[in-house]
Amino acid sequence: MKHARVACFGGIHEAEVIEDQLKLADGRIIGQSDVVWLTPIEASTIFVLGLNYADHANEISFKAPEEPLVFLKGPNTVVGHDGQTRRPSGATHMHYECELAVVIGRTARHVKKDDAYSYVKGYTIANDYVIRDYLENYYRPNLRAKNRDTLTPIGPWYVDRDDIDNPMNLGLRTYVNGELKQEGTTKDMVFDIPYLIEYLSSFMTLSENDIILTGTPKGTVHIYEGDVVETEIEGIGSLKSTIVGDKNFGR
Amino acid sequence: MHRAKVKFAGSDQFDEISTDYSDDITWNGRTFNHRDVSFQSPVTGTIYGTLLNFKGQLELMKDSLHDKPYNAPPEKPIMYIKPGNTVNSHNNAVAIPKDENTVQVGAALGVVFGKTATNVAKDHVMDYIAGYTIVNDVSIPHESFYRPDIKNKVRDGFCPVGPWVIDRDAVNDPDHIIIRVYVNGELVQENNTKNLVRSVAQLISEVTDFMTLYKGDTLLVGVPEHAPLVKKGDSVRIELSEVGFLENTFVDEADLVPGGGQR
Repeated sequence: MKHARVACFGGIHEAEVIEDQLKLADGRIIGQSDVVWLTPIEASTIFVLGLNYADHANEISFKAPEEPLVFLKGPNTVVGHDGQTRRPSGATHMHYECELAVVIGRTARHVKKDDAYSYVKGYTIANDYVIRDYLENYYRPNLRAKNRDTLTPIGPWYVDRDDIDNPMNLGLRTYVNGELKQEGTTKDMVFDIPYLIEYLSSFMTLSENDIILTGTPKGTVHIYEGDVVETEIEGIGSLKSTIVGDKNFGR
Repeated sequence: MHRAKVKFAGSDQFDEISTDYSDDITWNGRTFNHRDVSFQSPVTGTIYGTLLNFKGQLELMKDSLHDKPYNAPPEKPIMYIKPGNTVNSHNNAVAIPKDENTVQVGAALGVVFGKTATNVAKDHVMDYIAGYTIVNDVSIPHESFYRPDIKNKVRDGFCPVGPWVIDRDAVNDPDHIIIRVYVNGELVQENNTKNLVRSVAQLISEVTDFMTLYKGDTLLVGVPEHAPLVKKGDSVRIELSEVGFLENTFVDEADLVPGGGQR
């Protein structure tokens, strides 16, 4: 089943996705084009993997790490499907990153790889935008490059864990203005989902609705104001965002 | 006496107390010793830390800042997040992970936001501040700041906060707060927020240029150099002038009991 959070009819609703419609928890049915999409999960802690696909690590001239490279994001950065993402004027190296996002389903501490999937609630799509102009060599990738407002679309919905046969074998694709620009498969992750859950839960407690963004394969290109970026993951769906400039923000 | 916001254990509501920074607090016209009261963290939003914002710490590192892997001193505020699992409270135990002998005490002034702050000019920062709290930004000692080393900073319970959020008006100048850390009653660290690289207003202005701080979020203005190391059995008191004091004991992971006490 696909689960969404949307705004419509003057309220915020949880909804089930049924073909091209949404069924709200209160029974009302509405077309997908008639809602404002919110992030499907109100995330607690958001973990993001850096350099978790060897080909992408090579592309930006890093060796794949020996231990997962994990950074965190705050709630300011998250927007839902069909939202706007701000490109600051003057930035030259703004990139999308299509990523499989894993939603944690229950409290996890000292979990072993073999049990890891039982702690997963479901999967969604994230676009982990970065503005490389602002990278500094302290806590790299630093928050100024990665945790800006609107830089992390998540959605449109999450898919129940058991509806995905093998999350480690899903195609990822990114289209910019309809043109295919990035293509990869979750098979190529350096550290797979069970490993990441074992790793994180070995030193901290994970909670329901924590989200792990598992990294991106190679194929990032510059994007500009007005671009429409769609990140797509096989078996989940397609997440769209539109790049807007500073004038929309009165800057 | 100064007004402060607290969250007592057993209630999800905020209560109001008054304090003159002595051991006694006043609640509903009655007086209690703070050690007889069970507090929760008084902040609810995201907690952001700031790296290398004390001049003394930059000075200590000055030879390495131009070398690999840093190549240059930081240009803009370098921030990090202390996620929900780290949040801990006044008088509670902090667990030292089983593979570690010592942890570092990070004595930080926490600025608590009273309304959503985006792209705030330096002169208007005060309008967005609800008050101030005390944070112990605990870390496992480490040398490198190159990669976001969550493993050293986000262990469960590694962020005691509290006991209260003192009203903004109780603090004359957030850039002149005396920081004192006592371990087992002995003064081991003293510094002052006048030594910040970026003043409180400057920092908030630069941070909100690239990210929004929401009502309820807390921004740690930095941790002074020479962070004290503590071990199992130590009790730590962080005092911030005009804000208050935060006390915690450090215990073996194996001795921690649910809820933050010790066996």
